Amino acid sequence: MFSWSTIVENLPYLLQATRFTLLVSGLGMGLGLVMGIVLCVARLSPIRWISRIAALYVSFFRGVPLLVQLLLAYYFLPSVGIDIPPLWAAVCSIGLCAAAYIAEILRGALIAVPHGQAEAAAALGMHPFTIWKRILIPQALKISMPSLVNELIMLVKVSSLVSAVGIVELTRMSQSISAATFRPLEIYIAAAAIYLVINLALAGLGQALEKRLDY
Amino acid sequence: MDIDLFVQYGPILLCGLLNTVLCWIVGAAGGVALGFVIAVAMYYGPRPLRYVLRGYIEVIRGTPFLIQLFILYYGGPNIGLRLDPVPAGILGLIIYGSPYYAEIFRAGLQAVPRGMIEAGRAMAMSEGTILRRITLPILMVSSVPPLTNFSIILTKETAILSIVTVPELLYQVQTMSAETFAYMEAMFALALFYWGFVEVISWAGRKLELKTNAFLSKELSA
Repeated sequence: MFSWSTIVENLPYLLQATRFTLLVSGLGMGLGLVMGIVLCVARLSPIRWISRIAALYVSFFRGVPLLVQLLLAYYFLPSVGIDIPPLWAAVCSIGLCAAAYIAEILRGALIAVPHGQAEAAAALGMHPFTIWKRILIPQALKISMPSLVNELIMLVKVSSLVSAVGIVELTRMSQSISAATFRPLEIYIAAAAIYLVINLALAGLGQALEKRLDY
Repeated sequence: MDIDLFVQYGPILLCGLLNTVLCWIVGAAGGVALGFVIAVAMYYGPRPLRYVLRGYIEVIRGTPFLIQLFILYYGGPNIGLRLDPVPAGILGLIIYGSPYYAEIFRAGLQAVPRGMIEAGRAMAMSEGTILRRITLPILMVSSVPPLTNFSIILTKETAILSIVTVPELLYQVQTMSAETFAYMEAMFALALFYWGFVEVISWAGRKLELKTNAFLSKELSA
Protein backbone atom coordinates (compact mmCIF):
# COMPACT_ATOMS: atom_id res chain seq x y z
CA MET A 1 0.00 0.00 0.00
CA PHE A 2 2.81 2.39 0.85
CA SER A 3 4.30 3.24 -2.50
CA TRP A 4 8.05 3.72 -2.26
CA SER A 5 8.36 4.18 -6.00
CA THR A 6 6.29 7.40 -5.82
CA ILE A 7 8.82 8.81 -3.38
CA VAL A 8 11.82 7.67 -5.40
CA GLU A 9 10.39 9.04 -8.66
CA ASN A 10 9.59 12.45 -7.20
CA LEU A 11 12.58 12.85 -4.94
CA PRO A 12 14.56 14.96 -7.47
CA TYR A 13 11.71 17.50 -7.63
CA LEU A 14 11.44 17.62 -3.86
CA LEU A 15 15.17 18.14 -3.47
CA GLN A 16 15.12 20.86 -6.10
CA ALA A 17 12.39 22.69 -4.18
CA THR A 18 14.34 22.18 -0.95
CA ARG A 19 16.85 24.71 -2.27
CA PHE A 20 14.18 27.39 -2.00
CA THR A 21 13.30 26.30 1.51
CA LEU A 22 16.97 26.73 2.43
CA LEU A 23 17.17 30.01 0.53
CA VAL A 24 14.11 31.52 2.21
CA SER A 25 15.12 30.43 5.71
CA GLY A 26 18.80 31.32 5.21
CA LEU A 27 18.13 34.80 3.83
CA GLY A 28 15.41 35.29 6.45
CA MET A 29 17.94 34.43 9.16
CA GLY A 30 20.49 36.85 7.67
CA LEU A 31 18.00 39.70 7.52
CA GLY A 32 16.71 38.75 10.95
CA LEU A 33 20.22 38.89 12.44
CA VAL A 34 20.97 42.34 10.99
CA MET A 35 17.58 43.77 11.98
CA GLY A 36 17.73 41.92 15.29
CA ILE A 37 21.03 43.55 16.25
CA VAL A 38 19.66 46.99 15.38
CA LEU A 39 16.47 46.29 17.34
CA CYS A 40 18.40 44.98 20.31
CA VAL A 41 20.57 48.10 20.43
CA ALA A 42 17.42 50.25 20.10
CA ARG A 43 15.72 48.26 22.85
CA LEU A 44 18.64 48.90 25.22
CA SER A 45 18.89 52.55 24.23
CA PRO A 46 18.69 55.02 27.13
CA ILE A 47 16.47 57.25 24.97
CA ARG A 48 12.93 56.35 26.03
CA TRP A 49 11.00 56.64 22.80
CA ILE A 50 13.53 54.63 20.79
CA SER A 51 13.35 51.73 23.21
CA ARG A 52 9.55 52.02 23.33
CA ILE A 53 9.30 51.72 19.55
CA ALA A 54 11.61 48.70 19.56
CA ALA A 55 9.51 47.07 22.31
CA LEU A 56 6.34 47.74 20.30
CA TYR A 57 7.92 46.18 17.22
CA VAL A 58 8.93 43.06 19.16
CA SER A 59 5.48 42.74 20.72
CA PHE A 60 3.69 43.09 17.36
CA PHE A 61 5.84 40.68 15.38
CA ARG A 62 5.79 38.09 18.16
CA GLY A 63 2.06 38.49 18.79
CA VAL A 64 0.72 38.15 15.26
CA PRO A 65 0.79 34.70 13.61
CA LEU A 66 3.45 34.57 10.90
CA LEU A 67 0.89 33.35 8.38
CA VAL A 68 -1.14 36.54 8.95
CA GLN A 69 2.05 38.61 8.59
CA LEU A 70 2.83 36.87 5.30
CA LEU A 71 -0.68 37.45 3.94
CA LEU A 72 -0.56 41.05 5.12
CA ALA A 73 2.69 41.65 3.24
CA TYR A 74 1.28 39.79 0.22
CA TYR A 75 -1.74 42.11 0.02
CA PHE A 76 -0.15 45.25 1.42
CA LEU A 77 2.90 45.66 -0.82
CA PRO A 78 1.02 45.70 -4.16
CA SER A 79 -1.70 47.95 -2.71
CA VAL A 80 0.87 50.68 -2.01
CA GLY A 81 2.49 50.15 -5.37
CA ILE A 82 5.59 48.25 -4.24
CA ASP A 83 6.13 45.64 -6.88
CA ILE A 84 8.74 43.14 -5.72
CA PRO A 85 8.84 39.43 -6.54
CA PRO A 86 6.84 37.29 -4.06
CA LEU A 87 10.00 35.44 -3.06
CA TRP A 88 11.58 38.64 -1.73
CA ALA A 89 8.39 39.69 -0.02
CA ALA A 90 8.34 36.32 1.75
CA VAL A 91 12.01 36.57 2.74
CA CYS A 92 11.39 40.07 4.12
CA SER A 93 8.34 38.90 6.11
CA ILE A 94 10.26 36.01 7.63
CA GLY A 95 13.25 38.24 8.33
CA LEU A 96 11.15 40.97 9.97
CA CYS A 97 9.48 38.39 12.21
CA ALA A 98 12.75 36.60 13.04
CA ALA A 99 14.30 39.97 13.96
CA ALA A 100 11.85 40.33 16.84
CA TYR A 101 12.83 36.95 18.29
CA ILE A 102 16.55 37.44 17.64
CA ALA A 103 16.51 40.88 19.28
CA GLU A 104 15.12 39.30 22.45
CA ILE A 105 17.66 36.45 22.31
CA LEU A 106 20.52 38.96 21.99
CA ARG A 107 19.09 41.19 24.69
CA GLY A 108 18.92 38.25 27.08
CA ALA A 109 22.51 37.31 26.22
CA LEU A 110 23.80 40.87 26.70
CA ILE A 111 22.10 41.10 30.08
CA ALA A 112 23.75 37.79 31.02
CA VAL A 113 27.26 39.24 30.49
CA PRO A 114 28.38 40.30 33.99
CA HIS A 115 27.84 44.04 34.36
CA GLY A 116 31.15 44.54 36.16
CA GLN A 117 33.12 43.62 33.05
CA ALA A 118 31.78 46.55 31.03
CA GLU A 119 32.28 48.82 34.03
CA ALA A 120 35.85 47.59 34.50
CA ALA A 121 36.55 48.24 30.83
CA ALA A 122 35.08 51.74 31.11
CA ALA A 123 37.21 52.34 34.22
CA LEU A 124 40.29 51.36 32.19
CA GLY A 125 39.34 54.08 29.71
CA MET A 126 38.18 51.83 26.88
CA HIS A 127 36.11 53.51 24.21
CA PRO A 128 32.41 52.41 24.38
CA PHE A 129 32.76 51.05 20.85
CA THR A 130 35.75 48.95 21.90
CA ILE A 131 33.84 47.68 24.92
CA TRP A 132 31.10 46.43 22.62
CA LYS A 133 33.55 44.96 20.15
CA ARG A 134 35.98 43.30 22.55
CA ILE A 135 33.88 42.44 25.59
CA LEU A 136 30.12 42.49 25.15
CA ILE A 137 29.53 41.14 21.65
CA PRO A 138 31.96 38.16 21.74
CA GLN A 139 30.51 36.92 25.01
CA ALA A 140 26.89 37.64 24.09
CA LEU A 141 27.39 35.77 20.84
CA LYS A 142 28.67 32.72 22.69
CA ILE A 143 25.84 32.80 25.21
CA SER A 144 23.20 33.23 22.52
CA MET A 145 24.59 30.63 20.10
CA PRO A 146 22.30 27.74 21.15
CA SER A 147 19.22 29.97 20.94
CA LEU A 148 20.28 31.36 17.56
CA VAL A 149 20.70 27.86 16.14
CA ASN A 150 17.26 27.03 17.55
CA GLU A 151 15.86 30.11 15.83
CA LEU A 152 17.37 28.99 12.51
CA ILE A 153 15.72 25.57 12.94
CA MET A 154 12.42 27.34 13.68
CA LEU A 155 12.86 29.37 10.50
CA VAL A 156 13.38 26.25 8.38
CA LYS A 157 10.10 24.96 9.78
CA VAL A 158 8.09 28.18 9.40
CA SER A 159 9.42 28.65 5.87
CA SER A 160 6.80 26.02 4.97
CA LEU A 161 4.21 28.77 5.47
CA VAL A 162 5.45 30.78 2.49
CA SER A 163 3.83 28.07 0.38
CA ALA A 164 0.56 29.81 1.26
CA VAL A 165 1.59 32.88 -0.75
CA GLY A 166 2.56 30.82 -3.76
CA ILE A 167 6.30 30.32 -3.44
CA VAL A 168 7.33 26.93 -4.72
CA GLU A 169 9.47 25.60 -1.92
CA LEU A 170 9.44 22.11 -0.43
CA THR A 171 5.91 22.27 0.98
CA ARG A 172 4.35 23.82 -2.11
CA MET A 173 6.15 21.34 -4.33
CA SER A 174 4.89 18.39 -2.29
CA GLN A 175 1.37 19.81 -2.55
CA SER A 176 1.59 19.90 -6.34
CA ILE A 177 3.15 16.43 -6.57
CA SER A 178 0.58 14.85 -4.27
CA ALA A 179 -2.21 16.49 -6.27
CA ALA A 180 -0.74 15.04 -9.45
CA THR A 181 0.02 11.55 -8.13
CA PHE A 182 -2.85 11.14 -5.62
CA ARG A 183 -0.27 9.91 -3.15
CA PRO A 184 -0.34 12.58 -0.42
CA LEU A 185 0.76 10.25 2.39
CA GLU A 186 3.99 9.17 0.73
CA ILE A 187 4.90 12.61 -0.60
CA TYR A 188 4.25 14.48 2.64
CA ILE A 189 6.16 11.88 4.66
CA ALA A 190 9.06 12.29 2.25
CA ALA A 191 8.87 16.08 2.69
CA ALA A 192 8.76 15.67 6.46
CA ALA A 193 11.85 13.45 6.28
CA ILE A 194 13.72 16.10 4.29
CA TYR A 195 12.82 18.80 6.84
CA LEU A 196 13.89 16.46 9.64
CA VAL A 197 17.27 15.76 8.02
CA ILE A 198 17.93 19.49 7.54
CA ASN A 199 17.01 20.29 11.14
CA LEU A 200 18.97 17.42 12.65
CA ALA A 201 21.98 18.51 10.59
CA LEU A 202 21.57 22.10 11.81
CA ALA A 203 21.26 20.91 15.40
CA GLY A 204 24.44 18.83 15.03
CA LEU A 205 26.24 21.77 13.43
CA GLY A 206 25.10 23.99 16.28
CA GLN A 207 26.50 21.58 18.85
CA ALA A 208 29.85 21.43 17.04
CA LEU A 209 29.92 25.24 16.89
CA GLU A 210 29.11 25.47 20.56
CA LYS A 211 32.03 23.21 21.39
CA ARG A 212 34.37 25.37 19.32
CA LEU A 213 33.20 28.53 21.05
CA ASP A 214 33.66 26.86 24.41
CA TYR A 215 36.76 28.42 25.92
CA MET B 1 -12.22 50.94 6.52
CA ASP B 2 -15.78 49.81 6.07
CA ILE B 3 -17.45 49.15 9.40
CA ASP B 4 -20.63 47.80 7.76
CA LEU B 5 -18.56 44.95 6.41
CA PHE B 6 -17.74 43.74 9.88
CA VAL B 7 -21.37 44.07 10.95
CA GLN B 8 -22.56 42.11 7.95
CA TYR B 9 -19.97 39.40 8.40
CA GLY B 10 -20.17 39.54 12.19
CA PRO B 11 -21.77 36.12 12.71
CA ILE B 12 -19.27 34.37 10.43
CA LEU B 13 -16.33 36.09 12.12
CA LEU B 14 -17.69 35.26 15.55
CA CYS B 15 -18.08 31.64 14.51
CA GLY B 16 -14.47 31.69 13.29
CA LEU B 17 -13.30 33.15 16.58
CA LEU B 18 -15.16 30.43 18.49
CA ASN B 19 -13.51 27.77 16.35
CA THR B 20 -10.10 29.33 16.96
CA VAL B 21 -10.66 29.36 20.71
CA LEU B 22 -12.13 25.83 20.65
CA CYS B 23 -9.19 24.40 18.68
CA TRP B 24 -6.74 26.21 20.91
CA ILE B 25 -8.23 25.16 24.25
CA VAL B 26 -8.93 21.54 23.31
CA GLY B 27 -5.61 21.30 21.45
CA ALA B 28 -3.62 22.74 24.34
CA ALA B 29 -5.42 20.63 26.95
CA GLY B 30 -4.93 17.47 24.87
CA GLY B 31 -1.30 18.38 24.23
CA VAL B 32 -0.68 18.88 27.94
CA ALA B 33 -2.31 15.53 28.74
CA LEU B 34 -0.41 13.63 26.04
CA GLY B 35 2.82 15.43 26.92
CA PHE B 36 2.39 14.51 30.56
CA VAL B 37 1.88 10.83 29.73
CA ILE B 38 4.96 10.88 27.48
CA ALA B 39 7.10 12.57 30.13
CA VAL B 40 6.04 10.15 32.87
CA ALA B 41 6.55 7.17 30.55
CA MET B 42 10.03 8.44 29.68
CA TYR B 43 10.90 8.97 33.31
CA TYR B 44 9.62 5.70 34.75
CA GLY B 45 9.35 3.49 31.66
CA PRO B 46 11.80 0.84 30.38
CA ARG B 47 14.69 1.84 28.15
CA PRO B 48 13.27 0.73 24.74
CA LEU B 49 10.11 2.76 25.36
CA ARG B 50 12.28 5.75 26.21
CA TYR B 51 14.09 5.48 22.86
CA VAL B 52 10.81 5.26 20.96
CA LEU B 53 9.41 8.33 22.72
CA ARG B 54 12.66 10.26 22.22
CA GLY B 55 12.36 9.49 18.50
CA TYR B 56 8.75 10.71 18.49
CA ILE B 57 9.78 13.96 20.17
CA GLU B 58 12.63 14.59 17.73
CA VAL B 59 10.50 13.84 14.66
CA ILE B 60 7.59 16.06 15.70
CA ARG B 61 9.87 18.90 16.77
CA GLY B 62 11.98 18.62 13.63
CA THR B 63 9.16 18.89 11.08
CA PRO B 64 6.88 21.83 10.20
CA PHE B 65 3.39 21.89 11.70
CA LEU B 66 1.95 22.45 8.24
CA ILE B 67 3.48 19.21 6.90
CA GLN B 68 2.17 17.32 9.94
CA LEU B 69 -1.30 18.65 9.19
CA PHE B 70 -1.02 17.63 5.54
CA ILE B 71 0.02 14.10 6.52
CA LEU B 72 -2.87 13.88 8.96
CA TYR B 73 -5.57 15.48 6.83
CA TYR B 74 -4.65 14.55 3.26
CA GLY B 75 -2.51 11.47 3.94
CA GLY B 76 -4.77 10.06 6.65
CA PRO B 77 -7.48 8.74 4.29
CA ASN B 78 -4.81 6.56 2.61
CA ILE B 79 -4.53 4.55 5.82
CA GLY B 80 -8.24 4.77 6.63
CA LEU B 81 -8.12 7.81 8.90
CA ARG B 82 -10.86 10.14 7.71
CA LEU B 83 -11.36 13.27 9.79
CA ASP B 84 -13.44 16.41 9.41
CA PRO B 85 -11.39 19.61 9.34
CA VAL B 86 -12.04 20.68 12.94
CA PRO B 87 -11.22 17.31 14.59
CA ALA B 88 -8.21 16.99 12.28
CA GLY B 89 -7.05 20.45 13.32
CA ILE B 90 -7.48 19.70 17.00
CA LEU B 91 -5.71 16.34 16.70
CA GLY B 92 -2.94 18.08 14.76
CA LEU B 93 -2.49 20.65 17.51
CA ILE B 94 -2.42 17.91 20.17
CA ILE B 95 0.26 15.96 18.30
CA TYR B 96 2.26 19.09 17.46
CA GLY B 97 2.19 20.38 21.05
CA SER B 98 2.76 17.10 22.89
CA PRO B 99 6.57 16.86 22.53
CA TYR B 100 7.05 20.45 23.69
CA TYR B 101 4.80 19.85 26.70
CA ALA B 102 6.56 16.52 27.35
CA GLU B 103 9.93 18.26 27.48
CA ILE B 104 8.53 20.82 29.94
CA PHE B 105 7.24 18.06 32.23
CA ARG B 106 10.48 16.10 31.86
CA ALA B 107 12.53 19.10 32.95
CA GLY B 108 10.07 19.62 35.82
CA LEU B 109 10.38 16.00 36.94
CA GLN B 110 14.16 16.25 36.95
CA ALA B 111 13.99 19.44 38.99
CA VAL B 112 12.04 17.89 41.88
CA PRO B 113 14.56 17.98 44.77
CA ARG B 114 15.92 14.48 45.31
CA GLY B 115 16.07 15.04 49.06
CA MET B 116 12.29 15.35 49.22
CA ILE B 117 11.77 12.01 47.50
CA GLU B 118 14.40 10.44 49.78
CA ALA B 119 12.68 11.95 52.78
CA GLY B 120 9.43 10.39 51.58
CA ARG B 121 11.14 6.99 51.33
CA ALA B 122 12.63 7.44 54.79
CA MET B 123 9.08 8.01 56.04
CA ALA B 124 8.20 4.63 54.51
CA MET B 125 5.89 6.16 51.92
CA SER B 126 5.15 3.84 49.01
CA GLU B 127 6.44 4.90 45.57
CA GLY B 128 2.85 5.62 44.52
CA THR B 129 2.28 7.88 47.49
CA ILE B 130 5.56 9.69 46.87
CA LEU B 131 4.46 10.31 43.29
CA ARG B 132 1.03 11.51 44.34
CA ARG B 133 1.94 13.54 47.41
CA ILE B 134 5.41 14.88 46.59
CA THR B 135 6.51 14.65 42.96
CA LEU B 136 3.30 15.60 41.18
CA PRO B 137 2.34 18.63 43.32
CA ILE B 138 5.83 20.15 42.95
CA LEU B 139 5.88 19.31 39.23
CA MET B 140 2.47 20.91 38.63
CA VAL B 141 3.49 24.17 40.26
CA SER B 142 6.98 24.48 38.79
CA SER B 143 5.73 23.71 35.26
CA VAL B 144 3.08 26.44 35.15
CA PRO B 145 5.24 29.24 33.65
CA PRO B 146 6.66 27.22 30.72
CA LEU B 147 3.26 25.59 30.15
CA THR B 148 1.50 28.94 29.82
CA ASN B 149 4.34 30.18 27.66
CA PHE B 150 4.01 27.37 25.14
CA SER B 151 0.21 27.53 25.22
CA ILE B 152 0.47 31.18 24.16
CA ILE B 153 2.68 30.13 21.25
CA LEU B 154 0.01 27.58 20.34
CA THR B 155 -2.66 30.30 19.88
CA LYS B 156 -0.68 31.60 16.93
CA GLU B 157 -0.30 28.15 15.43
CA THR B 158 -4.10 27.88 15.16
CA ALA B 159 -3.92 30.33 12.21
CA ILE B 160 -2.12 27.62 10.23
CA LEU B 161 -5.22 25.41 10.52
CA SER B 162 -6.91 27.67 7.94
CA ILE B 163 -4.72 26.07 5.25
CA VAL B 164 -6.41 22.69 5.83
CA THR B 165 -9.83 24.42 5.64
CA VAL B 166 -10.58 24.50 9.37
CA PRO B 167 -13.16 27.34 9.53
CA GLU B 168 -11.29 29.33 12.18
CA LEU B 169 -10.79 33.07 12.29
CA LEU B 170 -8.21 33.49 9.53
CA TYR B 171 -10.18 31.18 7.23
CA GLN B 172 -13.37 33.18 7.74
CA VAL B 173 -11.58 36.46 7.21
CA GLN B 174 -10.17 35.12 3.96
CA THR B 175 -13.65 34.01 2.89
CA MET B 176 -14.93 37.47 3.71
CA SER B 177 -12.18 39.22 1.78
CA ALA B 178 -12.62 36.94 -1.22
CA GLU B 179 -16.26 38.01 -1.39
CA THR B 180 -15.70 41.70 -0.76
CA PHE B 181 -12.18 42.26 -2.15
CA ALA B 182 -11.27 44.08 1.08
CA TYR B 183 -8.11 42.02 1.55
CA MET B 184 -5.86 44.66 2.99
CA GLU B 185 -8.28 46.06 5.59
CA ALA B 186 -9.45 42.65 6.73
CA MET B 187 -5.94 41.26 7.13
CA PHE B 188 -4.78 44.39 8.93
CA ALA B 189 -7.72 44.25 11.34
CA LEU B 190 -7.04 40.55 11.89
CA ALA B 191 -3.37 41.23 12.68
CA LEU B 192 -4.37 43.87 15.23
CA PHE B 193 -6.89 41.47 16.72
CA TYR B 194 -4.37 38.64 17.12
CA TRP B 195 -1.89 41.08 18.62
CA GLY B 196 -4.38 42.20 21.25
CA PHE B 197 -5.53 38.62 21.88
CA VAL B 198 -1.98 37.33 22.45
CA GLU B 199 -1.09 40.33 24.64
CA VAL B 200 -4.15 39.73 26.85
CA ILE B 201 -3.35 36.02 27.19
CA SER B 202 0.29 36.79 28.01
CA TRP B 203 -0.85 39.25 30.65
CA ALA B 204 -3.15 36.62 32.16
CA GLY B 205 -0.29 34.13 32.02
CA ARG B 206 2.01 36.45 33.96
CA LYS B 207 -0.69 36.92 36.63
CA LEU B 208 -1.06 33.15 36.93
CA GLU B 209 2.71 32.82 37.18
CA LEU B 210 2.92 35.29 40.05
CA LYS B 211 0.21 33.38 41.90
CA THR B 212 1.85 29.99 41.48
CA ASN B 213 5.28 31.43 42.32
CA ALA B 214 3.99 32.57 45.68
CA PHE B 215 2.51 29.12 46.18
CA LEU B 216 5.76 27.42 45.23
CA SER B 217 7.90 29.38 47.68
CA LYS B 218 5.46 28.62 50.48
CA GLU B 219 5.34 24.98 49.46
CA LEU B 220 9.10 24.58 49.45
CA SER B 221 9.84 26.57 52.59
CA ALA B 222 7.13 24.87 54.65
